[in-house]
Amino acid sequence: MIVQKHTIIEIPVTELLKKTEEYHAKGHRLVQIGCTPLGDRYEINYTFTTSYDFESLRLTVHDDDIIPSISDTYWGAFIYENELHDLFGFTVTGMNVDFKGHLFETSVPTPFKNMPSVTIVPKGGDKK
Amino acid sequence: MSYITKSPWVIHYDGSSCNGCDIEVLACLTPLYDLERFGIVNTGNPKHADVFLITGGINEQSRAVVKNTYDQMPDPKVVVAVGICAATGGVFRECYNIMGGVNEVIPVDVYVPGCAARPESIIDGVVRALGILEEKRAKMAENGGDKK
Amino acid sequence: MSNRIVVPFGPQHPVLPEPIHLDLVLEDERVVEAIPTIGYIHRGLEKLVEKRDFKDYVLIAERICGICSFTHSVTYCNAIEQIMGIEVPPRAQFIRTIWMEYSRMHSHLLWLGLTADAMGFENLFMNAWRLREEILDDMEATTGGRVIQGSSKVGGIRLDIPDEKLGEMVDHLKAIRPRLEESNRIFTHDQTVRHRMRGLGVLTKEEAWDLGAVGPVARGSGCDMDVRSSGYSAYGELGFKPITLPHGDCLDRCLVRSQEVLAAVDLVERAVAKMPDGPIEEKVKGNPDGECFAFTEQPRGECMHYVKANGTKNLVRHRVRTPTLTNIPPLVKMLAGIELADVPVVVLTIDPCIGCAER
Repeated sequence: MIVQKHTIIEIPVTELLKKTEEYHAKGHRLVQIGCTPLGDRYEINYTFTTSYDFESLRLTVHDDDIIPSISDTYWGAFIYENELHDLFGFTVTGMNVDFKGHLFETSVPTPFKNMPSVTIVPKGGDKK
Repeated sequence: MSYITKSPWVIHYDGSSCNGCDIEVLACLTPLYDLERFGIVNTGNPKHADVFLITGGINEQSRAVVKNTYDQMPDPKVVVAVGICAATGGVFRECYNIMGGVNEVIPVDVYVPGCAARPESIIDGVVRALGILEEKRAKMAENGGDKK
Repeated sequence: MSNRIVVPFGPQHPVLPEPIHLDLVLEDERVVEAIPTIGYIHRGLEKLVEKRDFKDYVLIAERICGICSFTHSVTYCNAIEQIMGIEVPPRAQFIRTIWMEYSRMHSHLLWLGLTADAMGFENLFMNAWRLREEILDDMEATTGGRVIQGSSKVGGIRLDIPDEKLGEMVDHLKAIRPRLEESNRIFTHDQTVRHRMRGLGVLTKEEAWDLGAVGPVARGSGCDMDVRSSGYSAYGELGFKPITLPHGDCLDRCLVRSQEVLAAVDLVERAVAKMPDGPIEEKVKGNPDGECFAFTEQPRGECMHYVKANGTKNLVRHRVRTPTLTNIPPLVKMLAGIELADVPVVVLTIDPCIGCAER
């Protein structure tokens, strides 16, 4: 069995644009942007490669966080970023092609968005 | 088999299928199965069509398109739902974006089973639909060309 | 003096078996800009992992798309197998490879036919689909399904192909090879085909790389990029070489596919010659825990399945990035500057598989 090599680098959102520009300068292509909802947070993977070994930048974000668009560096990123907006409900700023929520029109808005897993208990405890 | 006085024309639309049934619908039109020997022609224009072949379940975005295509077809017309997704939603029934089978939006005359529906069963379904088409035509003639 | 008008293209359109919608901004007959809208087939099947056992989910992964069906199920299985450290027996790997190459042949012949149809070359369309039926015959004889096979599972395959059947398959391929070569010759030399596709919708090597093109779109622009080179399944043992062509126009994208059909025949022959004996599946114990990005080369290009599991029988996340989704930005670039009458052919040259792209 061949195991495809995949390196995952965790970075904060503020470094995203700088890091993607570095990858672009090194001649990497953008493979995908994918998001994983994990209950109280989300992981967003930006995958790059030059060959068959892949590298991913991983952001950990929360509901309603604002994510900068990398479409200035990688023109084709708009397709994934619109997906982030339509299915997960993130605001992506500065997209070159913005479908404004019409890329995927779903019957449930933002179907992959985390359900609030923590119920807020009112002051004085939960009286039942 | 019903007696067909005219060549029925078929229009095909993909509701939200995986493609499997769609390519089998296309395969019906190619040399091995050759639906055209019955005088059946695949058209892209709903106003030319008598038979509406529809594959896949119905989702939020396709329902208006399906409804609109159906409304544009002249009477009499028949609808053939191809594949299990078009009947009930199939394996995707529980997906958040699937509303169910084609009958959620438009009336269906013939259901073709299978995942993916085989070309033989699609042809069988179309031929059965032609019988229904003929009945509808006769009924319309009785009413002096009106639908009811 | 020219006016700009917007012409909607699709979703119900004669040339497209599947719905995709394009807003074409025209200046006279020339396309200035194209804005795609998808979502007509979005089902949301990735979310079904929450309701289905990870082993049963193989069948849903297969139904992401009815054309790349088998490759989807293998990619998903690869991801689970890498997480769980399952060593798939070599015979299963070889048979998976044979079926993957059969699906490549049938997918490419299907595409060649549709392209011929888009050009108005009906004879070539019918011819390609007649050849495709011969490929499907063997597919059906060995798996039971024409387009949806359901023969891959986590840990191996469900069915073995007996050795005598393998011999028959090779004989059958030998018999139809001259016809495949003839079809390849028509696509390479026929004046009608060349006239319609040479120099149309050019994507340079740099653009292809930068916009994230994959599969025949990238290889038709001279990018040496084919995940099969990484040697997953049995490709590492079959001496695989990618096919690349330099011009980046519609004709080269077409010829890459046409030549890959013949290359697939070679790969099947080599796989049968080297076919190992042994079991066809490895028992799967427990549940997966971990994450994996699995990549394979589908007929349409590089496909990624990302799986994240937490030790229960339901996965946390399954994400599919299909070749069509990443080929949409290159398509938008290709469409700018061509004439309206050429739009169907150019759209087809990325081999759009909307079922895949929208999941």
